[in-house]
Amino acid sequence: MIKIKNLEASIDDKTILKGIDLEIPAGEVHVIMGRNGSGKSTLANVIAGNEAYELDNGSISMNNTDITEMSIENRALEGIFLCFQYPVAIPGVGMAYFLRSALNAHRKHQGKDEMDALEFLNNAKGILSELGLDDSFLKRSINDGFSGGEKKKSEILQLLTINPKLAVLDETDSGLDVDALRTVAKGVNKFKNEDNSVLIITHYQRLLNYIKPDVVHLMIDGKIVESGDMSLVEKVEKDGYSWLEK
Amino acid sequence: MVDKNQQVIDKTLDQEYKYGFTTDVDQTKFDPGLDEEVIKKLSKIKNEPQWLLDWRLKAFEKWKKMSEPTWANIKYEPIDYQSLSYYAAPKQKKNDSLDDVDPEILETYNKLGISLDEQKRLEGVAVDAVFDSVSITTTFKEELAKHGIVFCSFSEAVQDHPELIKKYLGSVIPATDNYFAALNSAVFSDGSFVYIPKGVRCPMELSTYFRINATNTGQFERTLIIADEGSYVSYLEGCTAPMRDENQLHAACVELVAHKDATIKYSTIQNWFSGDKEGKGGIYNFVTKRGNCLGDNSKISWTQVETGSAITWKYPSVIMQGDNSVGEFYSVAVTKNKQQADTGTKMIHIGKNTKSTIITKGISAGEGQNTYRGGVKILKNAENAQNFSQCDSILIGDKCGAHTFPYIDVKNPSAKMEHEATTSSIGEDQLFYCNQRGIKLDDAVSMIVNGFCKEVFEELPMEFAVEAKQLIEVTLENSVG
Repeated sequence: MIKIKNLEASIDDKTILKGIDLEIPAGEVHVIMGRNGSGKSTLANVIAGNEAYELDNGSISMNNTDITEMSIENRALEGIFLCFQYPVAIPGVGMAYFLRSALNAHRKHQGKDEMDALEFLNNAKGILSELGLDDSFLKRSINDGFSGGEKKKSEILQLLTINPKLAVLDETDSGLDVDALRTVAKGVNKFKNEDNSVLIITHYQRLLNYIKPDVVHLMIDGKIVESGDMSLVEKVEKDGYSWLEK
Repeated sequence: MVDKNQQVIDKTLDQEYKYGFTTDVDQTKFDPGLDEEVIKKLSKIKNEPQWLLDWRLKAFEKWKKMSEPTWANIKYEPIDYQSLSYYAAPKQKKNDSLDDVDPEILETYNKLGISLDEQKRLEGVAVDAVFDSVSITTTFKEELAKHGIVFCSFSEAVQDHPELIKKYLGSVIPATDNYFAALNSAVFSDGSFVYIPKGVRCPMELSTYFRINATNTGQFERTLIIADEGSYVSYLEGCTAPMRDENQLHAACVELVAHKDATIKYSTIQNWFSGDKEGKGGIYNFVTKRGNCLGDNSKISWTQVETGSAITWKYPSVIMQGDNSVGEFYSVAVTKNKQQADTGTKMIHIGKNTKSTIITKGISAGEGQNTYRGGVKILKNAENAQNFSQCDSILIGDKCGAHTFPYIDVKNPSAKMEHEATTSSIGEDQLFYCNQRGIKLDDAVSMIVNGFCKEVFEELPMEFAVEAKQLIEVTLENSVG
């Protein structure tokens, strides 16, 4: 699925990522944990192609296609989906219009017919009810006046509608109450299958009680310093990160 | 990102103005210059009554003593009023049948997407076509006459309904109201006239399409709309002009009168030539628009989408004289290249329980400068007056500017005032969000800008809302910042 080799990236001449190697095969869920400022969100943004960051070295490929130089939208069309930590509001642009435009951009790229409004609506309604959202949600402006929970549910709604190959969850669990957390986890579990992969960036174990990761990576100062299984999460919860510093 | 944005911005600025062609037509045109003789000659061609000529001459006397206003946030070379021609008209006069209209002119309107053939017109829209200084034809006149509605050129109204003209001309905008209104009062050549009788709901949209074609000519049109008690009318004006190197002056006056329980909805899609990317050429658009809610429970609503002109100086206003009357102003103003817009509104509350709403959306790209200037005045006897103002600006790129000048004058303590203003750059984060969902940059920009303008577009009649949306899309195509 995704292969990241020796990735180095900076912002405003400050190096954040200092050589990341990461490979997530299809069907796997990987987790990245680390302190604030260790570069987790930067990694998520660089994978998505955010041009605010300078790519200094390394490469990213999706299913053997080199996407290192690809534009943001082309990466998205190749199957990368970022669940934003702070989804931005776009006043006046309705969720339904936005989401259908996004979905049809993907369908067009895949050589499929565009989905008409009715089919889209029927499709979306099923997902909405699973997320505990009212149909009227689609009539609202994107993220405009959404509560924290609604914003994250909106991201999951989009994830399930677009159905990408790789979902990157950038601290999707932060700021959620237990019910919302369960709903988000349910959505992610519904999404994942043998043919796609998930990268979860988080500070806490609590989301991982609902979504079982295959591999856990610990990040310190722009590098992945330790990889292992769920036991690493428990160790971090107990001991923090200082034991990783030599 | 910055380099890429610059490239797309440059590409936008290179975009050609779609309506920049000229029409080769046999015309009668005055020599440049302005004096009493010119006004007398103009009045004579139009076969005007003596009182109207006197009214013009009085305005001209005043105008000569006035000076051009300098308070607006716009810069331009002084206008040489003696170098302009004050009348240009295709040689054929007013036409009752389309067969008599110069085919070149018909073709012009066809190219603009305005068919003057009633059969082919959008259903439910009547058009008055003004070409330079005269009205070419008015469609659906007979149909409207059945309801007692008068919709004709201003010149015709002077001949056929002199009593209405005499009663209402200058009743909202006095001849000497301001420099450009005084000039217009002295030399106005044509425009549209609308009268909706008591209790009549106008069954179709009325519209006037203004086209400036001749060189070195000012267009000074005058529009007067009267909605009698309990009537309703929705009116739209559209404007285009050829691409010319020199600046052309357009100084119009629009007066609206709403009697008791009447509603006037006035929409503008202004797409005059805005000049090239060096700022050469383009229309100087100095316009005075004002409505009077004369009767109780009357309502006047202005909606404007301003994408054209090198300079826009325009403040459609409402005087709320009647009790419970309502004034509204919805505006989208786009400036790109070196365009300058100083636009806004004035809401004057005189009657009790009067209510006004101002919603403006300024979009600046390239080196465009966009100024909102709005005044809200609550007079002493206007008990329980309410105003809500919301002025939002969006910047595309880092060479443009947005400015907001609100003036508030409250003389009655029971007034409720709300004012909100925001300025934001079209967010890199918003673009990133859209792109990340697979939506292309261009589509993302038009999506964000259309979302930004939504509250205003919703006020436009359906047919024109689509046109306005497309106009914004074309204007801002490839423009990111």
